[in-house]
Amino acid sequence: MGSFIFKRSLQSVFSLLVLIVLVFFLARMTGSPADLYLPQDASAEIRHQFNEQFGFNDPLYVQFGHFLWGLLHFDMGQSLQFSRPAVDVVLQAFPTTLTLAAITMPLVILVSVITGSLAAFRPGGVFDRLASFISLIGASTPNFWVAIVGVLVFAVTLRVLPTSGTGTPLHWILPVAVLMLRPTGVLVQVVRTSMMTALSSAYIKTARAKGVGSRAIVFVHALRNALLPVITVASDQAAGIVNGAVIVETVFGFPGIGKLMIDSVMLRDFAVIQAAVLVTALAVFVINIIVDITYALVDPRIRYS
Amino acid sequence: MTDQPLLEIKNLSISFPSRRGVVHAVDDVSWSVKPGETLAILGESGSGKSVSASAVLDLVDAPPAVISSGQILYRGRDLLKVPRDERQAINGRKISMIFQDPLAALNPVYPIGWQVAETLRVHGVDSKTAHARAIELLHKVGIDDPERRARQYPHQFSGGQRQRIMIASAIALEPDLLIADEPTSALDVTVQAQVLDLLKSLQAENGMGLVLITHDLGVVEKVADRVVVMQNGRVVETGAARAIMTSPSHPYTRKLLDAMPGRHGFETQAVASETRRTILEVQDVSRIYGVQPGKAKDAGPKAIRAVDNANFVLRSGETLGIVGESGSGKSTLARMLLGLEPPTSGTIRFDGKDMNGMSASEAFKVRRRMQFVFQDPTASLNPRMTIGQIVSEPWAIHAGVLPKKEWRGRVIELLERVGLKPDHIDRHPHQFSGGQRQRIAIARALALQPEVIVCDEAVSALDVSVQAQVIDLLKTLRRDFGLSYIFIAHDLALVRDFATSVIVMYRGQIVEQGPTTNIYTAPRHDYTKRLLAASEVHLPDAA
Repeated sequence: MGSFIFKRSLQSVFSLLVLIVLVFFLARMTGSPADLYLPQDASAEIRHQFNEQFGFNDPLYVQFGHFLWGLLHFDMGQSLQFSRPAVDVVLQAFPTTLTLAAITMPLVILVSVITGSLAAFRPGGVFDRLASFISLIGASTPNFWVAIVGVLVFAVTLRVLPTSGTGTPLHWILPVAVLMLRPTGVLVQVVRTSMMTALSSAYIKTARAKGVGSRAIVFVHALRNALLPVITVASDQAAGIVNGAVIVETVFGFPGIGKLMIDSVMLRDFAVIQAAVLVTALAVFVINIIVDITYALVDPRIRYS
Repeated sequence: MTDQPLLEIKNLSISFPSRRGVVHAVDDVSWSVKPGETLAILGESGSGKSVSASAVLDLVDAPPAVISSGQILYRGRDLLKVPRDERQAINGRKISMIFQDPLAALNPVYPIGWQVAETLRVHGVDSKTAHARAIELLHKVGIDDPERRARQYPHQFSGGQRQRIMIASAIALEPDLLIADEPTSALDVTVQAQVLDLLKSLQAENGMGLVLITHDLGVVEKVADRVVVMQNGRVVETGAARAIMTSPSHPYTRKLLDAMPGRHGFETQAVASETRRTILEVQDVSRIYGVQPGKAKDAGPKAIRAVDNANFVLRSGETLGIVGESGSGKSTLARMLLGLEPPTSGTIRFDGKDMNGMSASEAFKVRRRMQFVFQDPTASLNPRMTIGQIVSEPWAIHAGVLPKKEWRGRVIELLERVGLKPDHIDRHPHQFSGGQRQRIAIARALALQPEVIVCDEAVSALDVSVQAQVIDLLKTLRRDFGLSYIFIAHDLALVRDFATSVIVMYRGQIVEQGPTTNIYTAPRHDYTKRLLAASEVHLPDAA
């Protein structure tokens, strides 16, 4: 297992490098930061001075060289909008997003595993039809619409929840609920399908012939066999949230990484974009390693070497 | 044995409503079994033999199935009227069941010791006692080093061991009745014999009743006291095993007995083998996993010798049978003959040319002359293609063999040749039975008019009576087209009926080869003797 993690890390370093190069050049294709940070009527001399100060006058390869050199020293450059080191800005926003993911995903998994399993136990039954119908709505309703309607109903009309911000636990209820909707909808369907396959297996027949009760058949015998595709999809959804729940963070004014990235792109704050992409990519890499380890824990037939 | 039946099924009918109408899977079926007795339920696929027995353990899902009438009396009590939780208490404790494919029937993600102990735990034994007892049981069914192996998972065991584990779990609470659904069909012949012996000895020990569901007359002959013969959901004949095997009264039973392989005369060749042309020559061929091709000498102790120094010759018009159990290397050998895998060392010559040194275009031409038929006709036919597309595909690959406008006519000819109808050409594989699908695969193999057809377990998945029909077809084609076959099978009786010469493989080596008559009447190698003994059928009227 140790050598497996080492090998995977090595592969990931390569992917990260490619990603960094792409982000560096793509960001610079959006135009010059000088257009945004200086007044429209700024003279050519002031523009030149601004570009000189932040190194934008150098040829691209020189800028890239500086960027790589800084990276080796864990220096991602200065943020234009905050006038602080970009890494600090990103690391300040990231915990908010991580917390959002850490609250949302376990809830998503809990709800969808229970709902999906019960639906699969009697396919075509009342519960199954209801669960399939609701999960389909959850999977296909646009996030931003639910977020806005949520604010309108619970914050503006009923006045039971705050509209935006992060102050109290109450602030988390709407964002988490909206964020759960789509992953739960998708995951219920995955759990249901996967459980139906598991429940029609021969080993379930064996368990019934042994006299094992229905609950143990579903949650002990079938569930663990049904988990692999569920883990795959769940990790994908988790990576999506860690990458920045852009819409939810924007609607609810959540100072997370998604909001930061959008703002930085809008303001051509290259250093922050680069730092944010690198940090989220690292997080996704860690999620993938955890998923691989989970596979091996769930299914003894999977061994890494 | 008392005269009171342990289990009695009376006039049971089970049907499955489907879009095409109601399927009567079990139609007014009655049978019974006494303590200590072995009842065999004999039938081919679709006969309803498994469904009636599964109903005893409440394993038939209703809905969709409808149990429309009848009784299942266990010690005089109708199980169909017993509430579900009470039936759960009977399952595994009083009546238990084992299944055909022991790999699928064991849960892949739990240790086997846990699974054996589960039977005890669900019926109220505490986990510690259950675990200790599970280890005893594993020892009893012949699993070596049970304490260590109890912690291992199903995929770490061989087929025979898995079935022993299933048996350990089924007999954990010394049930009155054990229902075994095709318990040996997925196993090698020598392992089959061991598992049947184990079941019989356990039965002798605690006097349980045994219901054995099988399609295999050999199994019936070896262990059954009484037999119920089923066809199309009905019982066609019931009686003492010996009486039914010697003087069956129903025509279907007679047909089954006649279709049994291994009861006909040996295949002999009209022309002396020396004067026939050599098509395929295999010389010192080895396939070793874990070393580079051509470096067989580097093979360390860890390398797996799948095929070890094989030598044989296939002449035109000859049928070479390759027999061996799983892991003997017979399929690896076939893959090398087809060029799907290169030999690690040695040469395979087709018509005098070394296949390994051939250019791509030469190899392409050889493929035209050598075709194959695989074991599973469901998996080897593309479900989205029509029969016409499947059979004509070889002409699309080997351009220039047949102009496109003649394809349809030739496909129809080929379909008629293998016993199918011209209007089958536009259907899809799922609309055919297993036997018909294998005929389609044979038609496809014939499309390029090959000289050699390699059949890898080509009839193993088929029912006995269908097997006999497909073998007859292969024989006719051999006569009409002068085809040579390489016929790979684990079923010795089938090979005996069809092959002109035989190779016996054991752990990658050819331990014996020669004309079929010699191998079957005077085997020299110990392993051949063991194989023959295990598969022997003592039919009174066998030739």
